[in-house]
Amino acid sequence: MLVAVVARDLRLAARRRIDALLPLAFFTIGVSLFPFGIGPETQTLRQVAPGVIWVNALLAAMLSVSQLFAGDHADGSLDQMLASGHSPVALAVAKALAHWLLTGAPLVLATPVFALLFDVDGASTLMLVITLLMGTPVMSLLGALGAALTLGLRSAGVLLIIIILPLCVPVIIFGVGAVQAAEAGLGADGHLSLLGALLIATAVGAPVATAAALRIATE
Amino acid sequence: MTTRTSPQAAPLRLFSFAAPSRFYALSGLLVPWLWAGAVVMTVLGLYMGFFVAPTDATQGEVYRIIFIHVPAAWMSMLLYLVMAFWAVIGWAFNARLASMVARAIAPTGAMFTFLALWTGALWGRPTWGTYWEWDARMTSELILLFLYLGYIALVNAIDDVRRADNAGALLALVGTVNVPIIYFSVKWWNTLHQGASVSLTAAPKMASTMLTAMLIMTVACWLYAFAVVFMRTRGIILERERDTDWVRALASGGAR
Repeated sequence: MLVAVVARDLRLAARRRIDALLPLAFFTIGVSLFPFGIGPETQTLRQVAPGVIWVNALLAAMLSVSQLFAGDHADGSLDQMLASGHSPVALAVAKALAHWLLTGAPLVLATPVFALLFDVDGASTLMLVITLLMGTPVMSLLGALGAALTLGLRSAGVLLIIIILPLCVPVIIFGVGAVQAAEAGLGADGHLSLLGALLIATAVGAPVATAAALRIATE
Repeated sequence: MTTRTSPQAAPLRLFSFAAPSRFYALSGLLVPWLWAGAVVMTVLGLYMGFFVAPTDATQGEVYRIIFIHVPAAWMSMLLYLVMAFWAVIGWAFNARLASMVARAIAPTGAMFTFLALWTGALWGRPTWGTYWEWDARMTSELILLFLYLGYIALVNAIDDVRRADNAGALLALVGTVNVPIIYFSVKWWNTLHQGASVSLTAAPKMASTMLTAMLIMTVACWLYAFAVVFMRTRGIILERERDTDWVRALASGGAR
């Protein structure tokens, strides 16, 4: 069932390719906006690059995740999926995975290009990619929880950001911290381990909470 | 169900006051006393704190803001746990009064969090030289404020009352689980980025009058919180139970 839901979401996204690429476009514009605000001085940009890229990745993920269940909810297929007898936790995992494949993975692939814009060196870029690879699934998982909580509400987009962003603070701290530690020559192992722990804990806990939230939102 | 003229006619059981009507009556009796206690304790605590407690060796008179700052910070953290507790009870046992109490606690908790941040900033200016320092505790308190605001925003955004209560309970529960994680990560972040030359540590030894005054202020804040939460809960009860006989009788009869 997990594979079926992921495949369905990817197929639906393929029918609206432009819509699927919007988060990446937002990420691009957001990251490019910062130099205009901060100034083009290379030293400053190199310093702020990990934070800027991480925060924009987070915002891009949050903006796109509010519609995660909306389409299915609108045409009734969400109710069918929940009533089908299949595990709602598996549904939550599948939806978060689909979101990550559509939003997080392209972001991670595009990161080296933006690291170039900010004159980040190769080793730091690699660390940035690794940390985003571990952090973007956490954002998708927490975003799915937010989407389930705000299902069908008028102001779902902004509300989701308000309730989920505080929960994403640890991910940012350790993700950016790992890159900065690597840049400074200190070991990033501690940060990466904690990032991995966050990923595992979120992967175990968030789908359960998302399933509960879906039940609350649809009963 | 036999009809009774007064809700208190039945013998008291463990969950007697889980009924909105009985809680409404009981809280109505308690609220004036809670206010009185809060006012008395506040006057006593502030008098002790501002006039009786000795001058601090290192900070002078400025430290006296702790008599508001520390109780507010304690209350902000405690109220979040209490709010989450009652919200989850309401969700798990379908106890609507518990959910109403949770909703009533949220604004007070947010107020205490804001007060802690504000007084902390006012304290920081003369001691650290800056209004805001991204130290672990202040930053975690700021995130706690966001958690409160998120809860308030969510329950107010959902029109269906039961769905709003349950969604809020889940959010409060997730927030509670996350608070230690957030605090730890912020502490880690802060110690690694320790750029400030002056870091504030709590006074290692407090004169007993300082401690007493602080505890009195904590009790005062607690009584205040009870009073305000009870008042707010009464308002929510009247709103939600407006179709019941007893509320209709209250509204038309004008009885207390």
